[in-house]
Amino acid sequence: MTDATRPSPAPSTGAPLPDTRTPPLLPPTRAEYCVIACAEAWRDNGEVLASPMGAVPSVGARLARRTFAPELLLTDGEAMLVGPDGTPEGWLPYRRHLTMVTGGRRHVMMGASQIDRFGNQNISCIGDWERPARQLLGVRGAPVNTLNNPVSYWVPKHSTRVFVEKVDMISGVGYDSAAEAGPTATRYHRIPRVVSNLGVFDFATPDHSMRLASLHPGVTVEEVLAATGFGPTVPDEVPYTREPTAAELELIREVIDPQGLRDREVPG
Amino acid sequence: MSDKTMTADEVVSRLRSGMTLGIGGWGSRRKPMALVRALLRSQVTDLTIVSYGGPDVGMLAAAGRIRKLVAAFVTLDSIPLEPHYRAARQSGAFELTEVDEAMFMWGLHAAANRLPFMPVRAGIGSDVMRVNPGLRTVTSPYEDTATGIRETFVAMPALRMDAALVHVNRADRSGNGQYLGPDPYFDDLFCEAADNAYVSCERLVDRFDDVVPQTLLVNRHSVTGVVETPGGAHPTSCVPDHDRDEPFQKLYATTPWPEFTERFLYGDEKAYQSAAQTWHEERR
Repeated sequence: MTDATRPSPAPSTGAPLPDTRTPPLLPPTRAEYCVIACAEAWRDNGEVLASPMGAVPSVGARLARRTFAPELLLTDGEAMLVGPDGTPEGWLPYRRHLTMVTGGRRHVMMGASQIDRFGNQNISCIGDWERPARQLLGVRGAPVNTLNNPVSYWVPKHSTRVFVEKVDMISGVGYDSAAEAGPTATRYHRIPRVVSNLGVFDFATPDHSMRLASLHPGVTVEEVLAATGFGPTVPDEVPYTREPTAAELELIREVIDPQGLRDREVPG
Repeated sequence: MSDKTMTADEVVSRLRSGMTLGIGGWGSRRKPMALVRALLRSQVTDLTIVSYGGPDVGMLAAAGRIRKLVAAFVTLDSIPLEPHYRAARQSGAFELTEVDEAMFMWGLHAAANRLPFMPVRAGIGSDVMRVNPGLRTVTSPYEDTATGIRETFVAMPALRMDAALVHVNRADRSGNGQYLGPDPYFDDLFCEAADNAYVSCERLVDRFDDVVPQTLLVNRHSVTGVVETPGGAHPTSCVPDHDRDEPFQKLYATTPWPEFTERFLYGDEKAYQSAAQTWHEERR
């Protein structure tokens, strides 16, 4: 097990680095704060599968594994578990992936077409389910995910259309729905965080309703409230999402996402 | 050993309107599209389709052949939302049993094991229970040793099918099927959960030489017919034989259905493959 817990060495390009380090790195972009906020979701998770959906969460999960969470498992997006350099280390076809889900050794970060104050999430359809105004993905694995392993969410464009008072179709189960459904639902249910382009949210309130946990630098509380269709709990002092280290910025920009897929999801 | 080889049209001649059909693969991956195209050439309709849905569901929906769909999603993978499926849902064209991906899998297991249901945690607390009022729950006869609680689960009913259609990389004449890509999906379960199963393949082989045993996915006892149909998963992926045909899939997703049918589905499978090839050549 030693290999799996040892930090991965930085990739070598073979050539010595040119001496161009004197100019300071460009300051972090909004997308890069989002990457950091997503990466932090997997801190101290142990040896579990990180299942990121979306570009920013994918960069975040890979950053976490290359830095503070080297024991995480990641897939190639298909059926293989792969190391940081893409070398296969295990087989995870859908049928086994579903066992990973129900076995609980996984933390997924899903998207959300709608999410409410208790973390109920909808990716199925908009409007009346019988005859939807807009058919979306369907519930997919959201019901099994939310009842079996930690589920966080990523919303690249925070708006009142996404953060709603009540979702049209509960795909991912929220805290109030789980409590109402009883111990079978609450036993392994946990929503660690919701990351958006504006900030980070959690459910660390007495009734498990959404709370603003941190703002990305440059964002105000007023901006968040105006873009949210319900009133989240706002602490007296709201911290900012932490700064990336210089090493993290280099990893994001040079190694993990040199093509800038993160900027397409969260424009600067 | 009986020779089970037949043509795609012979497979469809054994299917009837009103049947429950399972379709293997996953999303836009290793779908038995040549068999679906044969279905589109026939008059068979009023179907209940059980599928991890992709363009198979989209095409059958566009052609008005579906009475009821059992699915957790319908997607083209690289194009997340299947346009024909969306249109059908938004016009209320057919009935939907929307379940979770894991519930679906356990429904296949229940059918393959001749059980009426399997208990699953997934579904509890979600609107899957609201939109499927027929779903029942089952309470464990055993108390949890730590909490003393007897948990209540969804009793996912068996997804028993009249026939299953799957596509694999290789098969022999007696119905043994081999997959060569990274994921078997659930094709063996589909075959075992159906009264009859039809396996199409990229290439028919006399025997499996130097075989990696785990690749022999489908066993002949659960197979009724075998069809050799190269490119039979097109435009979905069938690695390592071929990747998904992304440009063609995009064309499919953006072309009005009558226009697409007229250009590509006017004739038999050979005509389809040739029309698709011509389209690619014209793009160069």
